[in-house]
Amino acid sequence: MPSDLPAQPRPARVAFYNDPKVRSIAYQLILCAVVVFLVFGAARNAVDNLTRAQIASGFGFWNQTAGFDISQTLIEYSPRASTYGRAFWVGLLNTLLVAGIGIVFATIIGFIVGISRLSTNWLLAKVAGGYVEIIRNLPLLLQLLFWYNAVLKALPDIRESIAIPGGVILNNRGFFLPMPVLKGGLGAVELSLLAGVVGAIAFHIWARKRQERTGQRAPVLAVTLLLVIGLPLAVFTLVGRPIGFEFPRVGRFNIAGGIEVLPEFVALLFGLSIYTAAFIAEVVRAGILAVSRGQTEAAYSLGLRPGPALRLIVIPQAMRVIIPPLTSQYLNLTKNSTLAVAIGYPDLVQVFTGTVLNQTGQAVEVVAITMLVYLVISLVTSMLMNIYNSRVALVER
Amino acid sequence: MTMAEGELALAEPAFVRRTPIAPRPPPAAMTGAVAWLRANLLSTPFNIALTILITLLLAWAMTEIMKFLVLDAVWSGNDRDACLESVQHRVIGACWPFVWERLPYFIYGSYPIPLRWRVDVFFLLLAVGIVWLLWLKAPRRDLGAIYFFGVLPVMSFILLTGWSAIGLEPVDSVLWGGVLVTIVVASVGIVVSLPLGIILALGRRSRMPVVRSLSVIFIEFVRGVPLITVLFMAGVMLPLFVPEQYSPDKLVRALIGIAIFASAYMAEVVRAGLQAIPRGQYEGAMAVGLGYAQLMRLIVLPQALTVTIPNIVNTYIGLFKDTTLVFIVGIFDLLRTIEVARIDPKWATPVTSTTGYAVAAIFYLVFCYGMSRYARAMEARRAKSGRR
Repeated sequence: MPSDLPAQPRPARVAFYNDPKVRSIAYQLILCAVVVFLVFGAARNAVDNLTRAQIASGFGFWNQTAGFDISQTLIEYSPRASTYGRAFWVGLLNTLLVAGIGIVFATIIGFIVGISRLSTNWLLAKVAGGYVEIIRNLPLLLQLLFWYNAVLKALPDIRESIAIPGGVILNNRGFFLPMPVLKGGLGAVELSLLAGVVGAIAFHIWARKRQERTGQRAPVLAVTLLLVIGLPLAVFTLVGRPIGFEFPRVGRFNIAGGIEVLPEFVALLFGLSIYTAAFIAEVVRAGILAVSRGQTEAAYSLGLRPGPALRLIVIPQAMRVIIPPLTSQYLNLTKNSTLAVAIGYPDLVQVFTGTVLNQTGQAVEVVAITMLVYLVISLVTSMLMNIYNSRVALVER
Repeated sequence: MTMAEGELALAEPAFVRRTPIAPRPPPAAMTGAVAWLRANLLSTPFNIALTILITLLLAWAMTEIMKFLVLDAVWSGNDRDACLESVQHRVIGACWPFVWERLPYFIYGSYPIPLRWRVDVFFLLLAVGIVWLLWLKAPRRDLGAIYFFGVLPVMSFILLTGWSAIGLEPVDSVLWGGVLVTIVVASVGIVVSLPLGIILALGRRSRMPVVRSLSVIFIEFVRGVPLITVLFMAGVMLPLFVPEQYSPDKLVRALIGIAIFASAYMAEVVRAGLQAIPRGQYEGAMAVGLGYAQLMRLIVLPQALTVTIPNIVNTYIGLFKDTTLVFIVGIFDLLRTIEVARIDPKWATPVTSTTGYAVAAIFYLVFCYGMSRYARAMEARRAKSGRR
């Protein structure tokens, strides 16, 4: 090793306060201190304020009797006997109900509108574009109020109810649908339905294996429909139609029988579906545009007609781009269902963060529980969608 | 050479055209309006059916809307009798005298009438700030930013709440309402969310674990819950967390909720912009010896924010629509004033609700559509500047 090289001058020691590591640790310590100070200050104030206002804390209210009525209950609930905890579950189920049905409708409308925007029919594309522009630029709350106050509340009253063929009655108290009444002998139908589903899945697997082996396609859709719908229907007829319908009847002041669908529910469902559909349409359009034109042209040159080309070539590839933003739209719909409180649909926020909070005064616990619920829904949904996403992700070679 | 060929060669043509014939025009069916119609509206039987169906549907919808808004509408009157079918004995459309009478309430809420000029001045100052900031050829746009994010909020606050020391009578925020509140809530969200969002986005990309995890927790928590719960939190929990004498009033609490919510969404938009900046920009800046603050201020943020302007504006559109939610925590924004006015017995008729909602729809449509056009224009401009 040559030793006659001039010794490298040691770099001057950086003053400790200029050392990035020291600085970073100092910043973080300061930040921690500030956060801890704020949290403690807030907690101390909260305790002070709560004791002064004589509000109980803790989750003891969960098992107290609620004492208020809820207009739509999917599970058994009575104001006298049920607890706040029960009210919570009623509200949560109502939220999930409207969100679930809303997601289905929004997806259907959204896909139709999104594909229409790319139609070769100029008029259709423009109308779809107009729908998206108008709906997206109006606040959801305004739309909900419009559907509820200007449309559903403006329907005729009970005496002048509109009867729609099929036993549906429509008035300003809501929709009244025929209720299926179960009689005996339904077990066989259920059993056949189960058998049909299992058979359809088995056929699916067999058909795919055969197609991979021989290239021959089996009529999957027809067989599936036959097994899942035809078989139970046949059994249903064979055992003598053990289902009857109880039709709603118009009384003088009320409607007897049938399933009552609250106008609040209908307004919320309309509003959420139509609003979210506009966003889903944009997601779908972007997804389809992301599939390169060459794919469509190749499909056409193979002799596929526009419909099958869209269904078999474009949409499966577009789904990769569509799924992540679609998920966030589903979550938005679920979160937006909290606007129910403005029109009085008994969702989680209306029941729990509204009535329960007002009755107990336990703001911290109630708001925290509500937020936790939505956080859990968000996290679970994104987890499920991540799993799906990793399954359909492009495998690059 | 055979005989026949020689003879042919010798035969003089009687006429040789020296100039090309002018091309014949394409068949009428292939050009102009007809071709366009055939290609875009009538290409297949299915398309023909669709076109007819949509035309009928549009014609029906348009006539209904026109009838409601203009033809059957009531244009003058003093109370609900003017808009009642049972009194007027005709089909009644929109009830415009209701809107006309209530317009001041829709704009100012219950702001004291002699002091409403202050609100007008506020609108004017805001308009100046917006034009200064958005109009790309405006002079000294850097001063415009300082004006909009620094001077304007202070001036507006003094102007709207009043300050006895300079002779402006104080006005309680309970009296504010209508468009004024909608604009105030939206502007506060816009002015606060951008700086806070930038800080949160930088925090999320920071290498300090504490800073990063706190930012991530805040952003993901707020984005995971509905705005209403954030507003409820600000409305009912915030007063618990501060000493009683400092408890903020209702409007301020709603503003805090909106600001928290908008910042979290803005943080994600800014983060996307930061991620679009190539690594070389960071490395280049570090190589010339810039510190973190200079690096961000001079190199990264200007580029990141420019890239993401359309997304920022889209977030603002969402924010503008979300301001309606303050309605639910009892603030008198435009929608709430309309809700109050439409059930007022003086004007309550079957058409009053729809008329009121039509006014609100036009208001929100104009603002949101304007913003989205601006975002699109910026995007097109950027796309052009990126082209070689």
